[in-house]
Amino acid sequence: MTLDTGIDLVYLVAIIGFILALKGLSSPKHARNGNLLGAAAAALAVGFTFAYPSVRAHSLNLVLTLVAMALGAAVAVPAARRVKMTAMPQMVAIFNGVGGGAAALISIVVFLIEAPHKPAVYRIVEVLFGVLVGCVSFAGSGIAFAKLQELMTGRPITYPAQQVINAVVGVAIVGLAVGTVVTGSVPLLVATAVLSLVLGIIFVLPIGGADVPVLISLLNSFTGLAVAASGFTLNNNLLIVAGTLVGASGILLTRMMSKAMGRSLANVLFSAFGSVVTAAGGADGSGETRPVKAGTPEDVGVLLAYARKVVIIPGYGLAVAQAQHTARELADLLMERGVEVFYAIHPVAGRMPGHMNVLLAEANVPYDELKEMDEANPEMATADVALVIGANDTVNPAAKNTPGSPIYGMPIINADDAENIVFLKRSMRPGFAGIDNELLFDPKTTLLFGDAKDTLTKLVAAVKDA
Amino acid sequence: MSTGIIEFLTIFVLAAFVGNEVIGRVPSILHTPLMSGSNAIHGIVLVGAILIMGSAHGTVEITLAFLAIVLATLNIVGGFVVTDRMLEMFKAKPAERAPKPGAGDGPPTDSSDGAR
Repeated sequence: MTLDTGIDLVYLVAIIGFILALKGLSSPKHARNGNLLGAAAAALAVGFTFAYPSVRAHSLNLVLTLVAMALGAAVAVPAARRVKMTAMPQMVAIFNGVGGGAAALISIVVFLIEAPHKPAVYRIVEVLFGVLVGCVSFAGSGIAFAKLQELMTGRPITYPAQQVINAVVGVAIVGLAVGTVVTGSVPLLVATAVLSLVLGIIFVLPIGGADVPVLISLLNSFTGLAVAASGFTLNNNLLIVAGTLVGASGILLTRMMSKAMGRSLANVLFSAFGSVVTAAGGADGSGETRPVKAGTPEDVGVLLAYARKVVIIPGYGLAVAQAQHTARELADLLMERGVEVFYAIHPVAGRMPGHMNVLLAEANVPYDELKEMDEANPEMATADVALVIGANDTVNPAAKNTPGSPIYGMPIINADDAENIVFLKRSMRPGFAGIDNELLFDPKTTLLFGDAKDTLTKLVAAVKDA
Repeated sequence: MSTGIIEFLTIFVLAAFVGNEVIGRVPSILHTPLMSGSNAIHGIVLVGAILIMGSAHGTVEITLAFLAIVLATLNIVGGFVVTDRMLEMFKAKPAERAPKPGAGDGPPTDSSDGAR
């Protein structure tokens, strides 16, 4: 058996590891082991890559390789360990973006090496695909990070002639790509790469904060395809399979996510969602001046303490206030008093599907107290109190009742069916989607303004006194 | 066009179908960890970065390859670590819940996040 065959066999083992890892990650029972298996497979493949004589041929290159890996690991491990659970989506965005960047760089270097010998057309096409998709993913993920980290506005950014500019950039990229294929010229490839970065930026700018998670999932899929393209340029099965696996499963996951929001992927990407909404909200303009019922923690504490069934509906506001632990404390206290309590989790509560489950798991909330939307909704009518903590769009009845609303058709948790509704809100500001919530003005609704964690702490005290 | 490319295209197409099948029914709880985990898997681009460094000559190529390795390492290491942190929280909660650590009195216990 030659050395190359041996390494290829190791890569095959790694491929099997990745497939099993993805399979494991799709089931609650095996998810963690799945991830560990994936990591082991990756470590194995990377380790055996050093068996290639070409990798060890030049000692300078080998040293630089090890230095670069040490550098990357030294940054990645602390960053991944320290990131707050609430900041998870942007962390994933960054790790995804750099992967796309790496794929693009690999394709560029392959081209630099081969360009003097005028590579075959299909080789140039492979390179171009890797550069284009990798650069879009890199730049797009960067903007997605900036939006979620609130380094820039989460609102969709629109400007005059946006579509025209997009079209011009698109056509220019196609032109440059064709030019690169025909001439095999390095400057043209570099120009394509730069314009692809621009495309990544202008592609993401008009997408609103609420939709960014779907976008990250899509970019994740893109990076997978860019990695597969690198695999083609390097004739490497491992990269082709791993990249394609992620590319294909990523598209599926992206569609599941947009479905959970009741919208098509095209709608998420191209509708400049929030800007339309803002205009609509401003036009009917009725929201701000109407009276709402603001309560005190004491009143609500009594209401909760003597309820039979309380449903907690958490949203991103709970997460930013880091109030998940206090929420659990309140729930435990109520349960000790014999109140039936469960959490109703909307599929897109938080900023990514499943995000809220992660946050509540962090606060040691047991599984059996979490109910998914479909399971929770039939029980809402018998609930005495729906306690909405930092959620807004996911309980907005406009999704059911107002056909013109931008969120019309999105499945929601039917908080409006409960006998009483209590909103813990920072302000009257609308949610991510930027639309007024009729439920706030419902006579059954009491509002508690303030930081979710402060308010919950007061509620805990009030329930103890009740 | 060489026959090699056809082989690779075949592998590509088959892998696409596997990717689509393998995550068939994912509960929405796991959407985030799955996205993060598959993000880590494409970090295997590190193998490509290492290989290309082996063939790189001259300052430009070597610099770009160096950068590619740094970025790919960030992707693969950060990706798996962050996913593990997410999934760590899902393990066997009900059993260890009986003693209810620190939930009784005192200030709300939020000091445990961020430290890990």
